[in-house]
Amino acid sequence: MIQFTDVVKSYEQGNKALNGVSMQIEDGEFCFLVGPSGSGKSTIIKLITGELRPTSGTVHVNGYSLERIRRREIPYLRRTVGVVFQDFRLIDKMTVYENVAFAMRVVGAREKEIKERVPYVLELVGLENKQNRHPNEMSGGEQQRLAIARALVNNPSTIIADEPTGNLDPERSYEIMALLQEINNLGTTVLVVTHAQNLVEIFGKRVISIDDGLIASDSMEENDDEAE
Amino acid sequence: MKLNNLGYLLKEGFRGIFLHGFMSFAAVCVTVACLVIVGSFSILAYNLDVMVQELNQTSEILVYVDSSLSDAEARSIGTRINLLDNVQQSTFISREEALEDFVSDHDGDDAFDGVQAQDLRHRYVVTLEDNTKMKETDEQLKDLPGVVKTNAAYALAEGFSTIQNVLHMVSLALIAVLLVVSLLIISNTVKLAMYDRKDEIGIMKMVGATNSFIRLPFVVEGFTLGMTGALLAFGLEWVAYDAMLEKISAVDALQLFHFVDFQEVLLPMVTVFAAAGMFVGIVGSWTSIRKFMNV
Repeated sequence: MIQFTDVVKSYEQGNKALNGVSMQIEDGEFCFLVGPSGSGKSTIIKLITGELRPTSGTVHVNGYSLERIRRREIPYLRRTVGVVFQDFRLIDKMTVYENVAFAMRVVGAREKEIKERVPYVLELVGLENKQNRHPNEMSGGEQQRLAIARALVNNPSTIIADEPTGNLDPERSYEIMALLQEINNLGTTVLVVTHAQNLVEIFGKRVISIDDGLIASDSMEENDDEAE
Repeated sequence: MKLNNLGYLLKEGFRGIFLHGFMSFAAVCVTVACLVIVGSFSILAYNLDVMVQELNQTSEILVYVDSSLSDAEARSIGTRINLLDNVQQSTFISREEALEDFVSDHDGDDAFDGVQAQDLRHRYVVTLEDNTKMKETDEQLKDLPGVVKTNAAYALAEGFSTIQNVLHMVSLALIAVLLVVSLLIISNTVKLAMYDRKDEIGIMKMVGATNSFIRLPFVVEGFTLGMTGALLAFGLEWVAYDAMLEKISAVDALQLFHFVDFQEVLLPMVTVFAAAGMFVGIVGSWTSIRKFMNV
């Protein structure tokens, strides 16, 4: 579960990125986070992954309180949150298989577990036949699938995708969103930060809209209002 | 740290060394050079210590008795000498014995035929309890009635001590400077390896690798560089020192100086070199990692 309560984040230069954000994303939910550039979306992701601490307010992520988390606990928090970026962040000199295995190896997984888990995850994202390729030999869509496989391999309870389709054509973008939805169907919480308004509309999931460091709208609350 | 990770961590550490072969080579060379210089000064200082010690052990004061005194009077001075604080023992040598020694020392050379015992003085050989107080005791001996002259070796010992002190100071200064140089070079080599892998480090942090897991390969790298340098330096020092001893033993004039065998300093030297290698390796890599860890 991700829970923000009255979160304010101001940077050292004095500018406020978040002005009192409160929101809650339940386990197993699929949620879009939208808003113009500089609205505070990236700050929210950095707060969730423990890269930043809130100036005031509380942030709870999968059982960790981020406003008072110890530095040495942060790696364990991050194992519960898989992150996918617009620029994929893959290691070109490693093969597809190694890129995914690397993520397991560095959190201390056994070789036996790696051999079982990596092929399973690669099959899930549809890259089972490209295990020995290198990222730079693949299309953008395939690279993003690989990044998703890597984010998934340590079995996190949450996947955060930061503009995952920013570098992809509409067709590949749709495929990636569909893959994320499939992952969500398997029980993983998914939070997608995106500009792709058309995709948000197609998938019809919860949409939280951020503007100027504040929550401008939350489709779930609107639905609740309508229900009342 | 689980055992199944150990192989991975070691492999990564060694990979770093060969990734920047030239830089690693430079780091090892600098460490070797620094340690050889430090080692050479230390071994020289140690040899000098031993020489000064030997000099102190053998140092005695010769006390000459006024020749106008009778034999009995001359012998009675011994009691007074023995009463002085720092005197361990005094041995009376009569002018006749002194002449015999003198002649026998010179292989019965004819040139001394005309020398009579009367031309010499009775004398005492005085050994001291504490050689560092040789100067004070020498003064006290000179002040005794009936003593005309003394002959003490403290001037030579003092000369050696001065050289010894200078050498110690130079060694310490060198150790400090060279340690810093080695540290910087190793730190830079590891930094280069880290910079090369900053993307990997970013991904490792993102997926939740602990800091110690990220750090260890680089520490392995620094440690290996430092230790390699230390072992090479030790071998080089050994070979060079033995070669020097051999050269010295061939020169008669240098027989006066007694140099210690390398075996005598082997254990402390290998310990200090290994410790220094380990220190510069681990500290060097650790300091460069710290800057990278705040991702």
